[in-house]
Amino acid sequence: MTADTDVPPIVDVPLTPDVPPIVEMRGITIRFPGVLALDHVDFVLRPGEVHSLMGENGAGKSTLIKALTGVYQVDSGSITVAGSPRTFTSTADAQAAGISTVYQEVNLCTNLTVGENVMLGHEPRRGGAIDWRATHAEAARHLQSLRLSIDPRSLLSTHSIAVQQLVAISRAMVTEAKVLILDEPTSSLDRDEVDQLFAVIRELRAAGVAILFVSHFLDQVYEISDRITVLRNGSLVGEHPIAELPRDALVTKMIGRALDDLDALSRTAHRTVDRSGEPLLRAEGVGKRGVLEPADLEIYPGEVVGLAGLLGSGRTELVRLLCGADRADAGQVAVHGTPVKMTSPRHAIDHRIAFSSEDRRGEGVVADLTVAENIVLGIQARRGWARPIRKSEQDAIVAEYVEALGVRPANPDAVVGNLSGGNQQKVLLARWLATSPELIILDEPTRGIDVGAKADIQRKVAELSAQGLAVIFISSELEEVLRLAQRIAVLRDRRKIGEVDSSETDLDGLIDYLANEGKGSAA
Amino acid sequence: MSTTTTTPAVRVERASSPVESFLARHAAMIPSFAAVVILVLLLAGAEAFLRGDFITARNMSALLLDNAYLLILAVGMTFVILTAGIDLSVGSVMAFTGILGAQLLVSGIPVWIAVPAMLAGGAAIGLLIGVLVQYFNVQPFIASLAGLFLARGLAFVVSLSSIRVEEPGVLWLQQTRFRLGDWYLTPTGIIALLTVAVAVFVLHLTRFGRTIYAIGGNEQSARLMGLNVARTKVAAYVISGFCGGLAGLALTAYSGAGYPRNGIGTELDAIAAVVIGGTLLTGGRGYVLGSLIGVLVFGTIKTIISFMGAEQAWMQIIVGALLLLFIVVQRVIVARSERRR
Repeated sequence: MTADTDVPPIVDVPLTPDVPPIVEMRGITIRFPGVLALDHVDFVLRPGEVHSLMGENGAGKSTLIKALTGVYQVDSGSITVAGSPRTFTSTADAQAAGISTVYQEVNLCTNLTVGENVMLGHEPRRGGAIDWRATHAEAARHLQSLRLSIDPRSLLSTHSIAVQQLVAISRAMVTEAKVLILDEPTSSLDRDEVDQLFAVIRELRAAGVAILFVSHFLDQVYEISDRITVLRNGSLVGEHPIAELPRDALVTKMIGRALDDLDALSRTAHRTVDRSGEPLLRAEGVGKRGVLEPADLEIYPGEVVGLAGLLGSGRTELVRLLCGADRADAGQVAVHGTPVKMTSPRHAIDHRIAFSSEDRRGEGVVADLTVAENIVLGIQARRGWARPIRKSEQDAIVAEYVEALGVRPANPDAVVGNLSGGNQQKVLLARWLATSPELIILDEPTRGIDVGAKADIQRKVAELSAQGLAVIFISSELEEVLRLAQRIAVLRDRRKIGEVDSSETDLDGLIDYLANEGKGSAA
Repeated sequence: MSTTTTTPAVRVERASSPVESFLARHAAMIPSFAAVVILVLLLAGAEAFLRGDFITARNMSALLLDNAYLLILAVGMTFVILTAGIDLSVGSVMAFTGILGAQLLVSGIPVWIAVPAMLAGGAAIGLLIGVLVQYFNVQPFIASLAGLFLARGLAFVVSLSSIRVEEPGVLWLQQTRFRLGDWYLTPTGIIALLTVAVAVFVLHLTRFGRTIYAIGGNEQSARLMGLNVARTKVAAYVISGFCGGLAGLALTAYSGAGYPRNGIGTELDAIAAVVIGGTLLTGGRGYVLGSLIGVLVFGTIKTIISFMGAEQAWMQIIVGALLLLFIVVQRVIVARSERRR
């Protein structure tokens, strides 16, 4: 394809409703056990537009995409591609119809070469055998059209995720795709890489490709899109040209309520904490060789202590040592002033300390169990297996937390694996809260979840701490830490570099502290 | 808002050093190279120990002849292991097809029906395992274990005792010697080498073969890339079963009889040869030529042990040690490539 590189600015791109749509989905309904994932959703995609699909986690974006790409079968509704009705039963079907998808998690084979990943299944052949020279040449041509000059004979695993993402797009173009679906393509890219990707998207759009774009980043959505379709709870909220939908209106449509709640939250969180008594937990010189330099930390009842630092700074390592998930080789932990042994998560639970891991799927929820079973799991573990919990008691507890945290769907029998990330996180939180802890450690509880669920979780944390629960809150989003925590412990390079009072600093101040505090003087 | 299109036009990826970039490109070959090194060391060691009496035309020719059936099994096994599966049934399939062929020939069925029946029988058991794995989501270990018992049982149903084969066509496969000086090749050896050649072609020069590698690399990705994962995976087991039938033919020719107790544990020898040859049990990485080397290493150790007149138990100890060594090497390679990502 020879796309014009001189792409006009976005505002000049004409929206042409009279162009016949390339994809038309009408009345799409999909049910999972216990969940109505999509409820009579319409979606229309036109050639030469970038169309963003927006919604909270669990709104049905992924499900809609998977319906279009043949991964899921629709229970009712019709899909029309280029004027003819279609029923896709596999991704191969969808690809043959010109619909290609690039997923968030790069779905390529790292054991093969770049060129092979681009061409797999479409290799030029000569006399029944794959013509490797032509294959790599053609792969190089496709890579070049995305301004990617890498050796097609190199192994995919030797390249960064960003490059792999672009390789995946090159692959999508090999099939002469008329529709390109980009599902969270920018989540692992830095700013330059995003610019590069967007340049490619604009070229494809100019060449008449219809692009379905999904991203959590509002800035990017507004930068690249021509049109937005909003979903909420499996239903269509509306379709709008980008110019007619300001950001706050979009967010309101996505979460179905105004954002004022969060602002109110920031005020209540900055109350003063009584630090006169014995701290709930005091750690002195807790560390582990090669993992974390010895660090001190105190936390009082009703206090939210934030841990700030870059990825790999030792945030997670510190809390894992505190709650015994990893074994410290130095230091002492005291609970209510009494030194305790903290060498397994079991000990932490005995001292009413709950630890919710950042690895939601791996160390958190049990995907095959229901919401109710997941929530009850925590209490059961605390009680011991010999003392079963009465069914009526279970139901009461589950109903209480599903309601309090706003788990969607509000169905205790839904299988957790079918829930969105945000709702899985709520279930996980519910499980720990049900054990009535005195201290809860939340490691990245809001990562990868949408605005609405984020607000729900933040609100709950503020509310609980006001009632006397101590919270250690870890997040990569410094704003979130600032909003929730009264005190912030800052870590850098596997060392705690200090603490700041969040009422005495702002985002810029915190970033400055994180980047510069203690440099030079420590050495 | 950025309206610029002057993004960096070229993205250059730097390789840190020639050695490192070579390793990055060919890391998957290292275990197979290691197998070659071990084979050379074994041969050289035996040659030195036996004062030049080991690497003779006669011994080397016999090496291929004695291990033709194992080589055929290892080729089929390589397909399955590359998809990250395993096929435990092949030893029994070899016994079943062997005794089936012998029985058919004794009953007066012509050889041009008996041999295709053997191959079809092997392929059918492979198909059964493949369907169980792909469509009923049974673990390959369990599905092929069921295949193992089924084939062994069928072998005993055909006959409880050994059946001699008098058919000249089958005996020809074994007794014919194509000579070049003191070197010779038997038709069974040629069949084994042809199997290797066809497998190399299929795995490296067809879309089917590349799909096998893609499935082993990441099955989910392969499916989302629009490749026909289901058909390819089933086909891998069919190929392994077919090779089981072919090995049954080679072994029947080699021993001059079908015997229902043949090949007990041979599936493990085949797996060992494939692993020693550098194919990762996690799938997606490995070479049929590596499996050829693996079989030769296996056969060489066997020959050395019998030359030295040592206990056969040593054979198993040495193979066990080698396996252990190779699994460790593979773990290191996998760990390295994961860290790089």
